[in-house]
Amino acid sequence: MSTIRVDVSRCTLCGECVAACPFDAVEIVQGALHFTEACRLCRICIRRCPQEALALEERPREHTERGTYRDVLIFAEQHEGHVHPVTYELIGKGLELARELGQKLHVVLIGSGVRVQADHLLAYGPATVYVFDHPDLRWFRIEPYTRAVVRVAQEIRPNIMLLGATPIGRSLAPRIAARLGTGLTADCTSLSVKPNGDLVQTRPAFGGNVMAQIVTPGHRPQMATIRYKVMAPARPVQAAPGRVVELLCDEDLLRTDIEVLGFTPYELDRGIEEADVIVAAGRGIGRAEGLALIGQLAELLGGAVGVTRPLVEQGWADHRQQVGMSGRTVRPRLYIACGISGAVQHVAGMRGAEHIVAINTDPEAPIFDVAHLGLVGDLYEIVPKLIDDLKEGAALHGLP
Amino acid sequence: MHFVVCIKQVPEGTEVDIDPETGVLRREGADAKLNVYDTHALEAAVRLKEELGGTVTAVSMGPPQAEAVLREALMLGADSGYLLSDRVFAGADTLATSYTLAEAIRRLPPFDVIFCGMQTTDGDTAQVGPGIAELLNIPHVSYVTRIREMRAGAIAVDADTGYGIQTLRVKLPCLVTVTRAANQPRLPSYRLKQRTKDQPVTVWTSRHLAGADRSRFGLRGSPTQVERIFPPDRPTTRQMLAGTPDELSAGLIDRLREWRFL
Repeated sequence: MSTIRVDVSRCTLCGECVAACPFDAVEIVQGALHFTEACRLCRICIRRCPQEALALEERPREHTERGTYRDVLIFAEQHEGHVHPVTYELIGKGLELARELGQKLHVVLIGSGVRVQADHLLAYGPATVYVFDHPDLRWFRIEPYTRAVVRVAQEIRPNIMLLGATPIGRSLAPRIAARLGTGLTADCTSLSVKPNGDLVQTRPAFGGNVMAQIVTPGHRPQMATIRYKVMAPARPVQAAPGRVVELLCDEDLLRTDIEVLGFTPYELDRGIEEADVIVAAGRGIGRAEGLALIGQLAELLGGAVGVTRPLVEQGWADHRQQVGMSGRTVRPRLYIACGISGAVQHVAGMRGAEHIVAINTDPEAPIFDVAHLGLVGDLYEIVPKLIDDLKEGAALHGLP
Repeated sequence: MHFVVCIKQVPEGTEVDIDPETGVLRREGADAKLNVYDTHALEAAVRLKEELGGTVTAVSMGPPQAEAVLREALMLGADSGYLLSDRVFAGADTLATSYTLAEAIRRLPPFDVIFCGMQTTDGDTAQVGPGIAELLNIPHVSYVTRIREMRAGAIAVDADTGYGIQTLRVKLPCLVTVTRAANQPRLPSYRLKQRTKDQPVTVWTSRHLAGADRSRFGLRGSPTQVERIFPPDRPTTRQMLAGTPDELSAGLIDRLREWRFL
């Protein structure tokens, strides 16, 4: 453990250190400098002191440095000013873990013109939202984003650090972990803490056939990426006492060897994660053309088409449509699984659906174990009939 | 030009479950294959070599039998293969794996681009590529969907950010991880198979990585530890329907009404 030592013979109580402290951890109490628990030993005060009255006092190290790391830090992903919804799930889980440890939650937000989003995030209850706001940070580029998060991590020394398991989070997190020399667990579906502060990270392994419980006992921070749509999102809190801290975006931070030549947003593609209804196809459809039938049913129900991994590997469907462990996790109100056997790696991505219907010729198919309604039969007989009936119903009743 | 491709041997399927009685992991079907995403990484490198000249080096870490995927890489157009195989490399998590691969790549001739598959089909983490890039202190781009061109000391690529496609120009040297959209891999060539069948795959142990920090290899160098494994739980409520397509369709429509979708 270390502390800041004050040479009282030199200190003039000028207040430079109080003003300089980014954590408001320095107070003048009854004519003496006092460092509160908020002190992160960042040493800015030592450099700023005109009297050279401050110094870092090193005490003998504990067996490990674990104890000096505290609080939870989450990465708030945003794109063009829109905060990714996984961020609220990270805040929700992060607050829960922090509360359990009697620690705080902090958020780091990076982008261009994102100050308003920082204020917005504050309403969800973090102690601090650290913001890097600069025109050069508009697009995700790995080097400046890594530096920004690492700067905050090195300053506050979090015990736990969480990112969304999105394409950006999954690119950024391993880079940060390698720089900090710490462990990272991908795609966690459950997190809890032990009383000693160890984070218990649960993720599906072997394609989702087993769950693995992973810990990072000897290294800090303990890092994990979290599957989107698995944790409950945070809600705005009544009293949000946190604050926004804008951090400097200097040349060192912004340096990059990557130039953004252009960006083409996905057209009207809200992604299957956002769909209320998903009709999904598995290997049982047998041929690529079968997907057209699935598409018709999805359209009639106002939904999207999902697929299992073999269909993506066959090249029949785009990986963005893939539901499951190595694809997307979805939580629609209705999920209709057609010709899907129900391999655990697929089920891991859709079991959160409110209503699950399965159509399969094999009554023993494991998909029926998770279905609320199981139809045993050939999808090529059932689905066309269903499409006809739905069209007829629509003609009769103006529905759906 | 020198292109390095990181590849991995993965199980053919993921047919793994846990014995409910003993809690022991049962792994069936020990068949192993080249990670499918890595075939796209190899293809990207080989195409650039064909266009611009140069060499392609395939690197893999694994047990001795992982030599098979390096042989496959030779048949797919790689010029040489390196297998990092040593008991001290075993039990590595993604950080230790990244470290070992990065240390090996450092000891190869200077490279222009490292290609990796976007992830492996067994681990699914997508962490090793970015980890290697960090340890080699070079930029990386994940989820590349298209290699546009390589010239004037930079490579132009399209990448999936989750919101759309970013077109980027990245200075060399760099690392990219490719998706299945990036290209259509060729099939192993009979001609190359014949030509490379006697070509040795170079095996490197930890002794060949002299100067590297041994404490960062394998289990010892892995910050993450698997505490336990357990089977996923399954929900139970269900209703099964059998009958003619008409009956099944009617049954489903009833439920859709009940659930207020119709």
